Amino acid sequence: MRWFFHIGRYTRLLGQVFRVPEKGRVFWNLLVRELDAIGTQSLGIVALLSLFMGAVICLQTAHQISGWIPDYTVGFTVRQTMILEFSPTLIPVILAGKVGSNIASQIGTMRVTEQIDALEIMGVNSAGYLILPKVIAGVAIVPFLVVLSMGLGIASGLGVALLTGASGLADFEYGMRIDFKPFDVVYALTKTTVFGFLMTTISAYHGYHAHGGALEVGRASTRAVVWSVVVIMVANLVLTQLLLN
Amino acid sequence: MIEVNQLSKAFAGRPVLQAVNARFETGKVNFVIGRSGSGKSVLVKCIVGLLEPESGSVAYDGRDFTAMGVQDRKEVRKEIGMLFQGSALFDSMTVLENVMFPLQMFRHATVEENRERAMECLRRVELVGAEDRYPAQVSGGMQKRVGIARAIALNPRYLFCDEPNSGLDPQTAIVIDDLIRAITQEFNMTTVVVSHDMNSVMQASDNVHFVHEGQILWNGTREALLAGGPPELEAFVFASSLMQRVRKVSRGI
Repeated sequence: MRWFFHIGRYTRLLGQVFRVPEKGRVFWNLLVRELDAIGTQSLGIVALLSLFMGAVICLQTAHQISGWIPDYTVGFTVRQTMILEFSPTLIPVILAGKVGSNIASQIGTMRVTEQIDALEIMGVNSAGYLILPKVIAGVAIVPFLVVLSMGLGIASGLGVALLTGASGLADFEYGMRIDFKPFDVVYALTKTTVFGFLMTTISAYHGYHAHGGALEVGRASTRAVVWSVVVIMVANLVLTQLLLN
Repeated sequence: MIEVNQLSKAFAGRPVLQAVNARFETGKVNFVIGRSGSGKSVLVKCIVGLLEPESGSVAYDGRDFTAMGVQDRKEVRKEIGMLFQGSALFDSMTVLENVMFPLQMFRHATVEENRERAMECLRRVELVGAEDRYPAQVSGGMQKRVGIARAIALNPRYLFCDEPNSGLDPQTAIVIDDLIRAITQEFNMTTVVVSHDMNSVMQASDNVHFVHEGQILWNGTREALLAGGPPELEAFVFASSLMQRVRKVSRGI
C-alpha cells in the first residue's frame, strides 16, 4: 500500500511541477544555474570514469579473446559496451549519487527550514520554481554527458589498445565500424533522457517531502539515491525490451 | 480584517483545532498565545493555507479563502507577508536578493526599480549596509529584520509572524516587537503574531487570543489580560515570577 501512496504523491508532485513558471526571466536564470550544477560540475567525474572504464573494457576483452577470436573484437566490444550500457546506464546511476543526493538535500533543507513554506506564502508554486529547472536541466544535459562519456571511453580504449598492443589501429577501427547500427545510439540517448528525468524527479520528490531536521534530510538524500538507482535499473530493463525487441 | 469561522483540523484522527472562531482586526497587532502544542501554529498555518482545515472557513476582508481555487488563492497570497520562526531566508541569496525576490516574482518593474524598493524596505528595518551579506553572515536579530523587510516588500495587507522573538535576546526582541507594531500602524495591516512570550505580548499586542487545547478560550486586550480570565489563561500568563509581580502591581494586591 505504501507503494501506491508514494506513486500517487509523486504523480501529484509532477502535476505541480509542470505548470507555467511565474516569471520567465527568473526561470531562465535558474535553468542556466542548474545546467551548470548538473552538467558542468559533473564533467570531471564523468570524464574520469569513462576514461578508466573504456581502458578496462579494452584490457578485459583482449584478455578473454587472445589467440582464438580476431583482434578487431576489442574495438567492437569497447564500442558496444560503451554505447549500449556503460555510458547510458552507469553514468546516470553515478549522477543519481552525485546530483540526486545534492537535489534531495538542497530541497530537503529548504523544506525543514520553512523556505518552501515561505515560497508558498508568497504565492510562488514552490514545486515548479524549485524542481522544474532541475528536471529540464537533467533531461537536457545528461544526454550530452553520455555522448561525451561514449567518446572518451572509446578513445581511451583505443589508446590502451595501442599502448599495450591489445589491438592495432586498423583492427580497432574495423571493430568500431563493423555491424554498427545507428539505432543503438538512438536507443542509448532515449534511455538516457528517461533516466535524467527519473533521477531528478525522484530525488526532488524525496527532498520535497522531507520533514523534521538534519537527520531526516540525510535520510531523504539516501532514499533519493537508492530509489533513483532502483527505478533506473527497472526502467533500463523495460526500455531495453521495448526498444530492442 | 481576517475572520475565522468554525475552523477544525485533526492529524491522524487527533483533533488539534476544534471549531475555532476568531476575528483579527485591521491596523492592529493581534496576538495568538498559548502553550506549546496548544494548536496556535496550526491555526495560523490553516489561515494562510499551508494546511487544509477539515471544516470551517477563513475570510480575508470578506473573501472566503478556504473556498477559493489555486489561482484565486495565489492572488490573496500576494497580499500576505509572513515572518517565520527561523526567518526562512533563502540561504543561497544575499540579504538584498532575499528582499528583492517577491518583487522580481510579482512586480512588473525593472531590476533597478525593484532594487530601489528593496533598499527602501531595508532602510525601514535599519539594515542598510548589510545588503550584500548572506543570511549565514548576519545575526539572528538581523535575520528577523530581513524577514520583515521581505514580508513588507510587496506592501501586504496581512502580516503573519510565527514566534518572531524566538532565540533573540530581550533587547533585540523589543526592537522586533516595536518594528512589527510600527509597520502595522504605518501600512494599516492586519497583523497576526503567534507567540508564547509574555514580554512580547505586553510590548506589542492590541488584541490577544488565548488558544487552549485547540480552542480559543479567551480574547481581549492586553489590559484585560492583566485583569484576569479563566484559570488556564491565568496559569499561562502569570507563569513567571516577573508576571506574578506584574499581576500584584496591576491588581493592587
